[in-house]
Amino acid sequence: MALLEITNLTVEFATAHGSLRAVDQVSLSLDVGDIVAIVGESGSGKSVAMLALMGLLPWTATITADQMSFDGKDLLTMNAKQRRAIIGKDISMIFQEPMTSLNPCFNVEYQISEVLAQHFGGSRRSHKNRVIKLLEKVGIPAPETRLKAYPHQLSGGMSQRVMIAMMIACEPKLLIADEPTTALDVTIQAQILELLVELQQANGMALVLITHDMAVVAETADRVVVQYAGQQVEQRAVIELFNNPRHPYTEALLSALPEYAKEKTLNAIPGVVPGQLDRPAGCLFNPRCEHAQDLCRQKPPQRSEGILCHYPLPLKGATTDHVEASL
Amino acid sequence: MNQQALIQARDLHKYYTIKSGLFQPNQSLQALSGASFDLYAGQTLAVVGESGCGKSTLARLLTLIEQPTAGQLSLDGIDLATANKKRVAKQLRQTIQMVFQDPFGSLNPRQKVGDILQEPLIINTDLNANQRRDRVLELMQRVGLLDEHIHRYPHMFSGGQRQRIAIARALILKPKIVVLDEPVSALDVSIQAQVLNLLIELQQELGLAYVFISHDLSVVRHIADQVLVMYLGKPVEQGLSEAVFNNPQHPYTQALLSATPQANTDRKRKRIRLTGELPSPLNPPSGCSFHPRCQNATAQCKTSTPVMEQHGDVSVACLLVK
Amino acid sequence: MTSITATTSYSVRSQQWREFWFYFSVSKTAVAGLVFLIGVVLMAIFADVISPHLPAEQYREFAEIPPAWMEGGQMRFFLGTDYAGRDMLSRIIHGARLSLIAGCIVVLMSASIGILLGLVAGFRGGWLETVIMRIMDTIMAVPGLLMALVLVAVLGPGLLNAMVAIAITYTPSFVRLTRASTLSELNKDYVTASKVAGAGPIRLMFISILPNCMAPLIVQGTLSFSTAILDTAALGFLGMGAQAPLPEWGTLIAENRDLMLSAPWTVTFPGIAILLAVLAINLMGDGLRDALDPKLKRS
Repeated sequence: MALLEITNLTVEFATAHGSLRAVDQVSLSLDVGDIVAIVGESGSGKSVAMLALMGLLPWTATITADQMSFDGKDLLTMNAKQRRAIIGKDISMIFQEPMTSLNPCFNVEYQISEVLAQHFGGSRRSHKNRVIKLLEKVGIPAPETRLKAYPHQLSGGMSQRVMIAMMIACEPKLLIADEPTTALDVTIQAQILELLVELQQANGMALVLITHDMAVVAETADRVVVQYAGQQVEQRAVIELFNNPRHPYTEALLSALPEYAKEKTLNAIPGVVPGQLDRPAGCLFNPRCEHAQDLCRQKPPQRSEGILCHYPLPLKGATTDHVEASL
Repeated sequence: MNQQALIQARDLHKYYTIKSGLFQPNQSLQALSGASFDLYAGQTLAVVGESGCGKSTLARLLTLIEQPTAGQLSLDGIDLATANKKRVAKQLRQTIQMVFQDPFGSLNPRQKVGDILQEPLIINTDLNANQRRDRVLELMQRVGLLDEHIHRYPHMFSGGQRQRIAIARALILKPKIVVLDEPVSALDVSIQAQVLNLLIELQQELGLAYVFISHDLSVVRHIADQVLVMYLGKPVEQGLSEAVFNNPQHPYTQALLSATPQANTDRKRKRIRLTGELPSPLNPPSGCSFHPRCQNATAQCKTSTPVMEQHGDVSVACLLVK
Repeated sequence: MTSITATTSYSVRSQQWREFWFYFSVSKTAVAGLVFLIGVVLMAIFADVISPHLPAEQYREFAEIPPAWMEGGQMRFFLGTDYAGRDMLSRIIHGARLSLIAGCIVVLMSASIGILLGLVAGFRGGWLETVIMRIMDTIMAVPGLLMALVLVAVLGPGLLNAMVAIAITYTPSFVRLTRASTLSELNKDYVTASKVAGAGPIRLMFISILPNCMAPLIVQGTLSFSTAILDTAALGFLGMGAQAPLPEWGTLIAENRDLMLSAPWTVTFPGIAILLAVLAINLMGDGLRDALDPKLKRS
């Protein structure tokens, strides 16, 4: 029994111009100890799917799914109160902007101990030692001196550490990190990613990493889901995917990276991600795809082997290593 | 190189005074201390560093938004310290222009694309309305926008298209130098490649000199001819791109390179772990600013401040590089 | 990029209006306010055509006639007549004209002065900002109506002086609002971009910054419009605003004050007119705020 099981999750928003399908038939199955990365460009619905799981979407959203269960409990039929008992305790989420995710009015100790008191009972004061232990665990030096610090006194990296401490306070089974390092500097980003992986291994959590950065995926995750315009176009193990991308979008995305450039001109993907009003017929990627054929323009593709494409790129032999060759 | 450098910067400094309260002395923030470089036509200088390293301050000095506190800056042969400010200002504005990081904030949301692009022409040239329109349309086509976009407002464009508008605005006065402040870091990967390609094409076509400010080393490696690595307002390593990337000398450059994630799945790469946070520029560490985070730091690093010295192909400011 | 070309044929302006209307029409009360206000404006414009009598014409033999539906009422004086036999309905219809004009002029005066001072204060900063803002603080320290009364006492009673006095008391809110928006716009990249292009202070203030500060100012203007009508009426009632023969709503109440018990309709209907006009404008103002405030937009 998987820890998290999502089948055919679809999220639609009501907007001024009619209904907008932000997430389209997304499925995800996750076990304890997994690190899964969801990667995609803006507008690919990568955050929305996870926010739907957390129940954090505004009222304009309509969520439908064949199955959405966590740890054997059905999240679809659950009422708001039961859901709250799970969210924040067993499932936690950290966000992109560490500076705005912490409440600027309260100090570090207050914010973390409140989470502890909420889920374990007892007064906030009784959790002081645990707060210190948590801060230690996320690598904050001299945690005793930081207890009374307010968010504006912390740097971006420190705030993100505090945020992580808060989110692992209840020892969640699943941690969702939504672009946790995008707002941080490179050297701090490396520290935070390392910390997340360390904690994931130490606590045996499952970790979902939402990011737009292929390089972060390559260095951190085991499995990767590539999303495009709300659809999962490819879902595979990281090493396989990087060595042998099979969906044309994944391939194009990788070869657009400056690292893979063989000449001064980069292999850009022409055009833009389709918006609400200009969704093409057939495969959503067909106007930008260099392999597109007539079938792609007429009929939406079926998923096979985790790839949503009429003409997936061929599997390479084990010896031809795309990545190594191009570096 | 026999041609004259478009930018000649010698030991540029910029200090800000921060008022800290009624009874405390004002603090001085060293946003930039001691940047020197030459930039020639058709070349790209990348300025690399993390937040607070002074790269944005450098951009503000180069684009004449602010005056340097000390040091010498000449643009296209005109020394800013001795020149008559009012008279050369107009000329220099046609020499140096800028593209900003955030394509959503850098375009006035209440102006149409046509008006945004015309503004520099109205201020700086005597062209009439038709000539301005022709110039605007010519550039819009060049950067990949359609003629009918001229009547649209910025919010109707995607991030990549807005950045194209911003590039068109920077080029409309036919400058020789363009300062690019993180021009692609707010864009998606596929769009990032489109915009980088456009920038490279324009550079080759028009012989532009770029000052490319970025924190993304994989982009810098691709586009730059020279690299200037900065830490807390001070240059720490400088040289040709190849030399800096293939054989980084300064421990900070080494750490920065190793911290940058790479899109390959070889995880056995040796990592240099940088511990600790960036110090506050208001209260920089003594001696070498990098010593609290440096693996190799010695007692000497805490007391004496290193200066930039030539070591082989690159200049490095480190006491330990011999 | 071919997909973009296909959708460019619609007009930009009309699309913006459609979006504005979408957000505005979410609130039904705001739409009701707008409809009522349009009615009042039409009434004021066509007052000469609509009103059954001249506002100042005195039918001496028909003094203090009650409204049509009451005992002794007549259809030709639908809302009754006042002590001098003037038709109340005609006077209220013409009064709408005065009240709307007063509101408009007050808002125009206070907004133009306020926006100018606010822009200068926010843009220039330094001692000039301090001087402007402290003067505004001083004006705000005195209750608005009291301030207006004092000013009218100095300038002399009359509708124009009353409008000037009220406009002065409204200026500080525009100054503060403009200054606050200017400060937040000033650091944005598009302003820096204009500076790099060489724009001078006048261009930066009026072409770059001001249009981006308009949304809160429009809302503030609408809400000031309703209070301006109210305050003009109040000054009229106190005898410091529009003078006797003018059918200004506040003045109407004042001149019929003595009849409040014997002929209550003479004060009730002008009162209701003020109430409804102000209510309609406030409802519309709330709708405008919801539609124009970017923070409340986009769910």
